[in-house]
Amino acid sequence: MTGFRQAQSPDAKSPEAQSPDAPSPDPEAPAGSHTVTLSMQQALNRALDEVLAENPRAVIFGEDCGRLGGVFRITDGLQAKHGASRVFDTPLAESGILGMSVGLAMAGFHPIPEVQFDGFAYPAINQIVCQMARMNYRSRGALPMPITLRVPSFGGIRAPEHHSESLEALFAHVPGLKVVSPSNPHEAYHLLKYAATRPDPVIFMEPKSRYWQKGDVDLRAADTPDAGPPTGAKVMRHGRHITLVAWGAMVARCLQVADLAAEDGIDVEVLDLRWLKPIDAEALVASVRKTRRAVVVHEAPLTSGLGAEVAQLITQGCFDTLKAPVERVTGFDVPYPSGDLEDEYIPNIDRILFGIQRVLEYRRG
Amino acid sequence: MDTLPLPDDGTAAAPPTPDELRELYSLMAAVRRLDASAVAWQRQGVIPGYAPELGQEAAQVGSGYAVDTSRDFVFPTYREMGVARAMGVDMVEYMSTHKATWHGGLYDPKTSRLAPIQAVVAGSVLHAVGWAHGQTLDGSDAVAMTYLGDGASSQGDVHEAMNFAAVMKAPVVFFVQNNGWAISVPTERQVAGGSVAARGAGYGIPALQVDGNDVLAVLEATRRAFVHCRSGNGPVIIEAMTYRRGPHSTSDDPGRYRSLDEERDGAGEDPLRRFRQQLLSAGLADEAFFARAEASAAAEAEMVREGLEALGPRPGSEMFDLVFQETTPALQSQSASWREESEHV
Repeated sequence: MTGFRQAQSPDAKSPEAQSPDAPSPDPEAPAGSHTVTLSMQQALNRALDEVLAENPRAVIFGEDCGRLGGVFRITDGLQAKHGASRVFDTPLAESGILGMSVGLAMAGFHPIPEVQFDGFAYPAINQIVCQMARMNYRSRGALPMPITLRVPSFGGIRAPEHHSESLEALFAHVPGLKVVSPSNPHEAYHLLKYAATRPDPVIFMEPKSRYWQKGDVDLRAADTPDAGPPTGAKVMRHGRHITLVAWGAMVARCLQVADLAAEDGIDVEVLDLRWLKPIDAEALVASVRKTRRAVVVHEAPLTSGLGAEVAQLITQGCFDTLKAPVERVTGFDVPYPSGDLEDEYIPNIDRILFGIQRVLEYRRG
Repeated sequence: MDTLPLPDDGTAAAPPTPDELRELYSLMAAVRRLDASAVAWQRQGVIPGYAPELGQEAAQVGSGYAVDTSRDFVFPTYREMGVARAMGVDMVEYMSTHKATWHGGLYDPKTSRLAPIQAVVAGSVLHAVGWAHGQTLDGSDAVAMTYLGDGASSQGDVHEAMNFAAVMKAPVVFFVQNNGWAISVPTERQVAGGSVAARGAGYGIPALQVDGNDVLAVLEATRRAFVHCRSGNGPVIIEAMTYRRGPHSTSDDPGRYRSLDEERDGAGEDPLRRFRQQLLSAGLADEAFFARAEASAAAEAEMVREGLEALGPRPGSEMFDLVFQETTPALQSQSASWREESEHV
């Protein structure tokens, strides 16, 4: 019972938007266990539910976030449980949603707005870049902006135009913003709970193609029961020969690639970057010092993508031991294509394997 | 134009007392003097730039005077020195933005109840709506007042803000200073229909168009708007019709787009001279009072100049330290490099 590509929601902006299974109010877990099996949609919903319960200043709003529960149902049931003053619908205007978030933060609230799809963050860019990202600075720290902007992001669901964008490089380039993207339900639960309790603005990029994939979520702590907060990158698979660096939906794809490469005797390490700003340079360097080879994988276009930043950080920290230039396997420098062509655009298993091959076969001189 | 209903109990806001009237004049005189001084300071090299508000003293002082700084919050643009002064904001800390000390100014927005100076036209109008909705959520009767001009009224954010505020019944006063000019573009080429207040009808927002050069009309309109907002009736638009007598900024040359004759005809009666005549006619002030007001304004401007000249640059480390509440390794690293390479530490 996965709910993947089930009923269509009647939504003006997204005829492709998918409905989940009805989220279960109780964790699907055996008694006494701290681990539950949840889809990413359920994990995000649970995290928001807990944030609302734990922080009376937290408020959730955006287009269709209230009664409908969002076009992806991430806020499903939250208005009924926490009330219409905590979870509410706004008029359909992204600049208004973000500008309002800035004002609410100035009034001491912790806004958790939603922009319905990545491409609709553009109408809010002035409020995100010129206002939200700078108000703490402009006010010399007197007016912090504890705003967690949730953005269903990236491609892979055959959506209409503007519903499949990867904006991480744009946001990461803006001083005053932090950017994070979860790769699975466990990460989604902990990263959102962490992001939504921070005193700074965080762009929370949800990989919409992974919303309905289920996974184990250890509710106790971020990574392991004794670990600290989920602040840096995370090794999702240990390997000795090459490091694949990815985030969001590309992490699962890289893990698939690692399985296939293992059949050929290639031992691939997969590093989930998680935080796209600040980037965990130490984790990048630690991994590549060991493997001495790296491929960075992202859906966003190649030129000036975050892969360039990752490659530079690796080169800076590992130049003496690198066996080959850092390879990038990414989307192309084209507008995100229609659904029929998106499998040609998003890095697929073959293209990532070719990238690995290029690195492994590289010879100096 | 006035579509703002009287309060439920039928009472209008109380008229200003004689002491309040004299205080209003003193404030306007202080603002006029400081404004003229700031232009001179720019010419003298004390400050690199300034956006004068000459001619808008009545609109700014009259509206700012209505604010209850124990609870309300004001969202200015970059041309609200008169509002800030009427609210009691420290003028050295306010003017520091024009000395290029810190973009938002050095004043504490929380204690002064004035948001940081905003350089994006209409940038803070939505913030007022969010802040005001926060008051609704908190059950507070505090009011947000946001300033904008005829030029800003063309921005989409103003439409979004008015629509959001009306839908949510947010306690916001949209205070429009229609000063006739957006840098070089006159109102008739900026505001379709000729009135920002008239747009209120489309949002179901009560609106007032007032003589922005009449400080008493502005004060009364603003007080009425605050009463309306405090009672949970939602937003109000006030359009104060005034005139930007000076340039857009100390870098602007109005001679390129309007003649002196046009300026004289458009500006109408000087708001200070007009109020002075009113006070004299009513017997509420005499020449000695006006002389004291002028002397006090001159002394204040001199103190502000001394304060600005004494104001050194902020430590460069603040560039890094004030970006986030929780800094990042990259910022720490850049800060350390900067110290090493620029301060030779």
